[in-house]
Amino acid sequence: MNRFAFAAAFFTALGASTVMPAHAQESPTLKKIKDTGAITLGHRESSIPFSYYDDKQQVIGYSQEMMMKAVEGIKDSLKLAKIDTKMMPVTSANRITLVQNGTVDIECGSTTNNLERQKQVGFSTSIFVIGTRLMTKKESGIKDFPDLAGKNVVTTAGTTSERLLRKMNEEKKMGMSIISAKDHGEAFLTLETGRAVAFMMDDALLYGEMAKAKRPGDWVVVGTAQSKEAYGCMLRKDDPQFKKVVDAALTKAMTSGEAEKIYAKWFLAPIPPKGLNLNMPLSDDMKALFKAPNDKAFE
Amino acid sequence: MGYQWNWGVFLQPTASGDDTYLGWMFAGFKMTIALSLSAWVIALLLGALIGVLRTVPHKGLAGFATGYVELFRNIPLLVQLFIWYFVLPELLPGSIGDAYKQSNPVMQQFLASMVCLALFTSARVAEQVRAGINSLPKGQKNAGLALGFTLPQTYRFVMLPMAFRLVVPPLTSEFLNIFKNSAVCSTIGLLELAAQGRQLVDYTAQPYESFIAVTLAYLTINVTVMFLMRKVEHRIVVPGYIGGK
Repeated sequence: MNRFAFAAAFFTALGASTVMPAHAQESPTLKKIKDTGAITLGHRESSIPFSYYDDKQQVIGYSQEMMMKAVEGIKDSLKLAKIDTKMMPVTSANRITLVQNGTVDIECGSTTNNLERQKQVGFSTSIFVIGTRLMTKKESGIKDFPDLAGKNVVTTAGTTSERLLRKMNEEKKMGMSIISAKDHGEAFLTLETGRAVAFMMDDALLYGEMAKAKRPGDWVVVGTAQSKEAYGCMLRKDDPQFKKVVDAALTKAMTSGEAEKIYAKWFLAPIPPKGLNLNMPLSDDMKALFKAPNDKAFE
Repeated sequence: MGYQWNWGVFLQPTASGDDTYLGWMFAGFKMTIALSLSAWVIALLLGALIGVLRTVPHKGLAGFATGYVELFRNIPLLVQLFIWYFVLPELLPGSIGDAYKQSNPVMQQFLASMVCLALFTSARVAEQVRAGINSLPKGQKNAGLALGFTLPQTYRFVMLPMAFRLVVPPLTSEFLNIFKNSAVCSTIGLLELAAQGRQLVDYTAQPYESFIAVTLAYLTINVTVMFLMRKVEHRIVVPGYIGGK
């Protein structure tokens, strides 16, 4: 292990020494954007209402608008007249690698900022705070997590909810059967077809799935939040200058009240594709974030 | 690109604390083997039967077998899997369907995966068996019938013993395919090898270590299968035919 750590350090140093002398202190990402006049933005395809396609295959959503604020900030700081934006769809499985290897310059979607990921990528100031809760049928009788004992419960593979659910099952010996679906859409399908009695996920995404349901009125989001998570935009690690520019733009959007307007547009008003209103009031955690933007992970 | 290698990750306890990540990988390895072997046994039996039916001089039976092969061979494996897992239980009558859907999810996933892989592969095995039978000289069948064997006896004692031995090499590659195709079953949440590999990435953010381990595990399985099948081939090779002396 030490050998690998050493090798990694060695190559990092090697990379740094070849780049640094020529352009001392210059951010490689900013330089690339300046030279090419283009930036590659990572987005999700179905993370409603954060980052998803509308019926014209345009990327829309709360995170997408926040990302455009960051792009504005980058444009101003580089004093460019305009920046070409290249849109690159990412999945939860490949997003970290694509940011790391330079394919994507910035990714704003529904990516939780946590300590493990911080080892591989950098995170901007948080743009959203969610709690992990349950969605269930209105008449299922499920009110909170203890009601799940001995039942089939679905969650999405690779999420914090999956971890928490497994841990809870292990520690409290609840005897749940946990189904890990490959994406939120499939997890909801599992719930809708009666394979599972409840779907544990980030509350905002649960409201998003509800908006897609055949009969949105059949479903409710219940339970005490098991964890809080901060969504941030992913950036390449070790590029503090680029992060500074992005953070400044996001902070400005949040403290100036612009972010709250964007929030209202996506969470308190009808949104595509079905024109449904998520009706998710601004939480205390979100109010605190808008007041004092920060890039802290909750874990 | 600043990747932090960490091979020690496999020995770390998992986030839910019930095992090490290596234990997860091994559980996936066992699942892949159990799934592929059980599906292969069904595929082999069913494929042999359908393959024989395709060659019999009976329009109805041959037509049925052809339909079967075309159906399972021409629909993408992933689509078939979704039909078995998501669509079919909906067609069961109300109470039975609900009882089935609320049963142990791993059992449901395993069953759908096994049936799906078995039927998909059986169509391909059937084609190999048919090719084996058709490659025999016409004289063999006629000789069998002339000796007073009935048609089933001619198949049983004259044609099939030859045909099966001829198709062992192509069957080996179907056998290898079933292990590789089993990775598709991770899409319905079955925690086999590929799914455990992906899960490791999600939990530890160490994609390269995890994918390298998964690659090596598949390679180990398939090299072992190839080695064993090579032995089988040598034992049963027909003297005077391809590969025989």
